[in-house]
Amino acid sequence: MAILVVAAHDGKTVRANVANAVAAATQMGSDVHVLVAGSNAGEAAKSAAALQGVAKVLQAEDAAYANWLAEDIAPLVVKLAPNYSHVVMAADSVGKNIAPRVAALLDVAQISEAIQVVSPDTFVRPIYAGNAMATVQSGDKVKVVTIRPTNFKAGAGGGSAAIEQIGGAAASGLSSFVGAELSKSERPELTSAKIVVSGGRGLASGENFKMLETLADKLGAGLGASRAAVDAGYVPNDYQVGQTGKVVAPDLYIAIGISGAIQHLAGMKDSKTIVAINKDEEAPIFQVADYGIVGDLFQIVPELTAAVEKK
Amino acid sequence: MKVLVAVKRVIDYNVKIRVKADNTGVETANVKMSMNPFDEIAVEEALRMKEKGLATEVIAFSAGPAQCQETIRTALAMGADRGILVQTDAELQPLAVAKLLKAVVDKEQPGLVIVGKQAIDDDSNQTGQMLAALLGWSQGTFANKLHVADGSAEVKREVDGGLENIKIKLPAVITTDLRLNEPRYASLPNIMKAKKKPIEVLAPDALSVDVAPRLKTLKVEEPPKRKAGIKVKTVAELVDKLRNEAGVI
Ligand SMILES: Cc1cc2nc3c(=O)[nH]c(=O)nc-3n(C[C@H](O)[C@H](O)[C@H](O)COP(=O)(O)OP(=O)(O)OC[C@H]3O[C@@H](n4cnc5c(N)ncnc54)[C@H](O)[C@@H]3O)c2cc1C
Ligand SMILES: Cc1cc2nc3c(=O)[nH]c(=O)nc-3n(C[C@H](O)[C@H](O)[C@H](O)COP(=O)(O)OP(=O)(O)OC[C@H]3O[C@@H](n4cnc5c(N)ncnc54)[C@H](O)[C@@H]3O)c2cc1C
Repeated sequence: MAILVVAAHDGKTVRANVANAVAAATQMGSDVHVLVAGSNAGEAAKSAAALQGVAKVLQAEDAAYANWLAEDIAPLVVKLAPNYSHVVMAADSVGKNIAPRVAALLDVAQISEAIQVVSPDTFVRPIYAGNAMATVQSGDKVKVVTIRPTNFKAGAGGGSAAIEQIGGAAASGLSSFVGAELSKSERPELTSAKIVVSGGRGLASGENFKMLETLADKLGAGLGASRAAVDAGYVPNDYQVGQTGKVVAPDLYIAIGISGAIQHLAGMKDSKTIVAINKDEEAPIFQVADYGIVGDLFQIVPELTAAVEKK
Repeated sequence: MKVLVAVKRVIDYNVKIRVKADNTGVETANVKMSMNPFDEIAVEEALRMKEKGLATEVIAFSAGPAQCQETIRTALAMGADRGILVQTDAELQPLAVAKLLKAVVDKEQPGLVIVGKQAIDDDSNQTGQMLAALLGWSQGTFANKLHVADGSAEVKREVDGGLENIKIKLPAVITTDLRLNEPRYASLPNIMKAKKKPIEVLAPDALSVDVAPRLKTLKVEEPPKRKAGIKVKTVAELVDKLRNEAGVI
């Protein structure tokens, strides 16, 4: 049976993590279809058709799908599900919102944030902030799975799958979209950036984060933060890295003024190289850092910024 | 309207957990247990609604072993009015918890259910969305702000790109994110008062819910350990290592 990947998109292209979801799906079976639901989603459907490993794209056009409300998208997925062995979504804020609703309507369990496909019915997923790895097996007819994008390498593009138009379902009328307050940034998106510069409570103010922006821009890096920095209002919520924020795994993660609580480590400890800058030599962050430097960040960060060449 | 809040008993977030030697799970014996932090936020939000006259009664629900009574007592000490414990020693997965919650909702008819976005033990992030699906209700997940008025709720949600505002019909299920509020501590007099508040204890059978797990846990293992690297003395040394040893800049 085929696998259905449900894609989030912005109308023009599917999110980068859809390629990761497709990569995961190809490990569950060979016939991968991608559902692109939206209003004027033609371009996004084309971008899905170009992904490697996609056999077919289903495009569902309906005004009700414009803003990805779970109450409207879930019934559409449920209607398609009987033709599929798996429904797969990236574990981002869209997938986490919709997939459990789909699973419950199908009366099946959901496998959250799979990091490995052992076999089509068996998956590894982190529990306890990544301090334990559970291998779970599903006996359900349809397996609803969210995958952690950083654990599945996206294939190259170059595909040319057929796009099939399918009908929509009636709007539920349960909820409506009012508006969004999105953080604007020219920097690379946190979860796909090759380098991430992250700041914590040690920065002491939102104003001081400007220092990290300068460093990030020199490195071509994305900007992240600890929960403490977000709670204190230094930076917006979407900067939060960790167990209950975003999971990142860049080539280089620079933790600045971050102590290294397990909840933070859960979101970044799969980074290839970790650098920690902290004035407390006992800070737990040093236990996971490849390179640590003990000292005052207000001295070290400007020095570092001056020392790295502009990219 | 009544507000139902779910409170889960989990290993305290400060505890460094240990995987059992036989790889069947995580050691929970003699480990400090607390209310799931997201559920403290759920209780707080419900209490604020009551204080504003938007809610008439706050009911705290928990499912699990007898000790979950302590978790419910914590919610009662914070100010909830009464508790409902669905007592079972069986392993409960999110779909089962959602079905138990649905059975209690059918009985109690609350206008709003507030649960945590995620339990910090199993990290599923499912129960609230599943409950909304089973009830055919709207869902306001990852709530950063909640405003309830005349049959609907405005929810500001924490999403990947920032914040998003939706308007949902009541009744609804809300799941809490970290910035929704700062939960209060229970005062000593309120802890004393909570001892007299009622907790109804039910069995899953009495609610006609099959809680059998759908996912079989084959094994639970330690993650690969990352070893600590080195400390460098100067920024120059750091840049040299990043460039020539790690090759990342
Ligand atoms: C339910 C729950 C979920 C959570 N989820 C997350 C999550 O997803 N992500 C997350 O990050 N946290 C999360 N947390 C919070 C986590 O437990 C920690 O509280 C948080 O990560 C601490 O942030 P911090 O390291 O910035 O602050 P602190 O722990 O206060 O550390 C600040 C660090 O800065 C250093 N410092 C201070 N000044 C300087 C200076 N001038 N120069 C150099 N170093 C300096 C200090 O030595 C210290 O190590 C969660 C907690 C709970 C209960
Ligand atoms: C190997 C293994 C063995 C396990 N064994 C057991 C066991 O023997 N017994 C057992 O009880 N659990 C056991 N669990 C845990 C259980 O599987 C999970 O707790 C359950 O799947 C719910 O997932 P969650 O809490 O992460 O859901 P989430 O969807 O993350 O929870 C979100 C919210 O739902 C509400 N909620 C969830 N569960 C409850 C609850 N029980 N009561 C009240 N509110 C709740 C809370 O508001 C919570 O914030 C085990 C887990 C593993 C991995």
